[in-house]
Amino acid sequence: MGTAIATQESLAEQFKRSGKRARRGTFLLVLPLLAFLTLTFLLPIGNMLSRSIGDPTVAEVLPRTAAALRAWNGKGRPPFSAYSALADDLVRAEREGRIGKVATRMNFERAGMRSLIMKTARVASTFEPPYAQAFNAVDLQWSDPEVWGTLRHASATNTMGYYVSALDQTRTADGKWVPKPEEDQVYIMLFERTLWVAGLVTLLCFVLGYPLAYYIARQDDRTRNLLLILVLLPFWTSLLVRTTAWIALLQTNGIVNDGIALFGGDGARLELVHNMTGTLIAMTHILLPFMILPTYSVMLSVPPALTRAAISLGATPWTAFWRVYFPMTLPGAAAGGLLVFILALGYYITPALVGGRTGQLISNMIQFHMQTSLNWGLAAALGGILLAGVVVLYVIYARVIGLNRLRLG
Amino acid sequence: MGRTTGIIIAAAAAIVILAGVLLFMLKGGSESEVSELDKEMTDMPLPSADGSAPAAGAGKLAGKSLVVVSWGGAYTTSQIEAYHKPFEAQTGAKINSVDYNGGIAEIKAQVEAKNVTWDVVDMELADAQRACDEGLLEKIDAGTLPAAPDGTPALQDFIPNGITQCAVTTIVFSHIVAYDSSKFQTQPTKLADFFDVKNFPGKRGLRKTSPKINLELALRADGVAGDQVYQTLSTKEGVARAFKKLDTIKNDVIWWEPGSQPPQLLADGQVTMTTAYNGRIFDAQVKEGKPFAIIWDGQLQELDVLSIVKGTKNLDAATQFVAFATDTQRLADQAQWIAYGPARKSSLPLVSTYHGKPDVDMKVHMPNAPENSANAIQIDFLWWADHQEELNQRWAAWLAK
Repeated sequence: MGTAIATQESLAEQFKRSGKRARRGTFLLVLPLLAFLTLTFLLPIGNMLSRSIGDPTVAEVLPRTAAALRAWNGKGRPPFSAYSALADDLVRAEREGRIGKVATRMNFERAGMRSLIMKTARVASTFEPPYAQAFNAVDLQWSDPEVWGTLRHASATNTMGYYVSALDQTRTADGKWVPKPEEDQVYIMLFERTLWVAGLVTLLCFVLGYPLAYYIARQDDRTRNLLLILVLLPFWTSLLVRTTAWIALLQTNGIVNDGIALFGGDGARLELVHNMTGTLIAMTHILLPFMILPTYSVMLSVPPALTRAAISLGATPWTAFWRVYFPMTLPGAAAGGLLVFILALGYYITPALVGGRTGQLISNMIQFHMQTSLNWGLAAALGGILLAGVVVLYVIYARVIGLNRLRLG
Repeated sequence: MGRTTGIIIAAAAAIVILAGVLLFMLKGGSESEVSELDKEMTDMPLPSADGSAPAAGAGKLAGKSLVVVSWGGAYTTSQIEAYHKPFEAQTGAKINSVDYNGGIAEIKAQVEAKNVTWDVVDMELADAQRACDEGLLEKIDAGTLPAAPDGTPALQDFIPNGITQCAVTTIVFSHIVAYDSSKFQTQPTKLADFFDVKNFPGKRGLRKTSPKINLELALRADGVAGDQVYQTLSTKEGVARAFKKLDTIKNDVIWWEPGSQPPQLLADGQVTMTTAYNGRIFDAQVKEGKPFAIIWDGQLQELDVLSIVKGTKNLDAATQFVAFATDTQRLADQAQWIAYGPARKSSLPLVSTYHGKPDVDMKVHMPNAPENSANAIQIDFLWWADHQEELNQRWAAWLAK
């Protein structure tokens, strides 16, 4: 009896052990991919996001000023200790050649800070008490509490400053958020536009892609393969080639407009590119395969007998399609829709090339801040908001449609 | 059966995409390897190079190689002809020319990663100033620059702002308005005509990338005197005035980005008038014989400079190269290849004709030739360093609405 229990236990243990081993084996198999993703995806994104909430430049280069300003509540005049601390810090930073970094950083927050800091730093070694007067003698801007308020915000190691800017807000010296003047507001509008374009492109892809997928799925094998190759061929062509091809087709003197002019004369030429129309056309074309392929492969798995059964039970062809066939293909279309929508949210090469003035999306601003203005903190904040938006939409989507119902084939 | 085909095709798509990514990565990797190798090979002393280098002082820098980065196209060609070839012949150094698209992002990345592979970079003055402030460039001692042939020291020979802490100017380039003369009965003559769509019909081309140039242009066309432009732009009302002027043609504008685009827009008939870099329009006029003309009235001059990247391993050779390339003769020679003005006063009289075309006198095509620059202003790079963030934001908002 005792031996029987012992063998039973060891059997269970054996099971457990072999199960563990199998799991470990599987884990080892995915380990390279996991490492790859961590290195090339998670770490860079983490690094980028951390830039959006913290920028230690000012606190590092002007440590004493940062400490002195921390004690100040941002109301009224800054304490005298801040003036002497800044004079000290400026002299040291100038000697170490680090002043330019602070000046650039400060100019992100307030126009004119760059030259104010540079020119003050050049003469700071000659300053003598009372320091407040010495600063004001260089430039009267130093008597403005707003300037010190900006310095105070920027010298915090953790700052929401970039998110404040990314939401078209600005901060007063005592830290209140107020909307920027209307002519400076741009990001919220671009976020809205990006959502709207992504939604519209998804809809267009569905309207164009669903019937095509349906048509392909109903052909015999030979025709089907041929049609699929026709769908995939542009998919395998470089994005840049396809986008520039659209410029050639759609421009004022392009083929499409030449065709229109043939019937309506030169006056009938339409503006089809370098505006929102161009962005929509090119993005829809480029993203269409992402809609067609999942929809198509789900359609293949729907037994044709079901529709026939519905019709033989008295349904009209439309009812059979709408009540029986369509719901079964919805997971494919939904997966395609999700792919298209999320890809569209981050699109920037295509809008940059064909979008002109009105077809630009939020990703074009992110690129601008990454490569031209070098305001990586703001770029990170904009990217962070976009990422958060995608995650929220994804969660809503998962709740409403259910991720387990998504099918890619 | 159909299902299997689907899976096969999906798998094929995945493989192709993966292969593409891998290829891309490999290509990037091998490219840097090749250039690494290239450098090693050129770093090795080659006896034949010493023997074949002719001029006096030959072989001073034999075996050294420099990476000189510039904007590509006809501009880089002009530098290779005027600076690189004679420098190589005189010193025995080897110069590798690399193209880029401006900006300081790449320099910043190299310096911060302590992996500096660029030695000398051709930059816009505003970028060079900012990079210098951020400690990304080596300081250049004006005393090492050669004097003019008549003995005028470099500091006096260069145009204003020609020598700054980290940068030596090579050329003056200009933002001008160009038009297609075949499209107008009465030819436009002044900057204000650019904003007059009624009398000079047709679309306009403007540079999209930044408010710089566009705001100055609007104010000049609106009647602001050249020396008042930046004072006006420093006030809220002044900025509003510039935008209001731009509003009047906002719906008639086609926006361009790379400098190759404006002549293309003119040639395609997409616009009848556009802002452009004067050198590009010169190319279209002279090389391609297009009926384009330049309105020099109200031109905005900007400076292009040579800078040395902080932490370069070839500091000595780079410094010698910068001094050599910016001497009087070299700057004058460059003007044989491109219509940008030399930054030294002593070079201007030495400017001759377009290479291979003795009937094209380059002097009349220089932005800083006296007859062209009567109503010109120089873009204030220090003012822009202070105001670009603020105005970029406003510009982006204005464009998007």
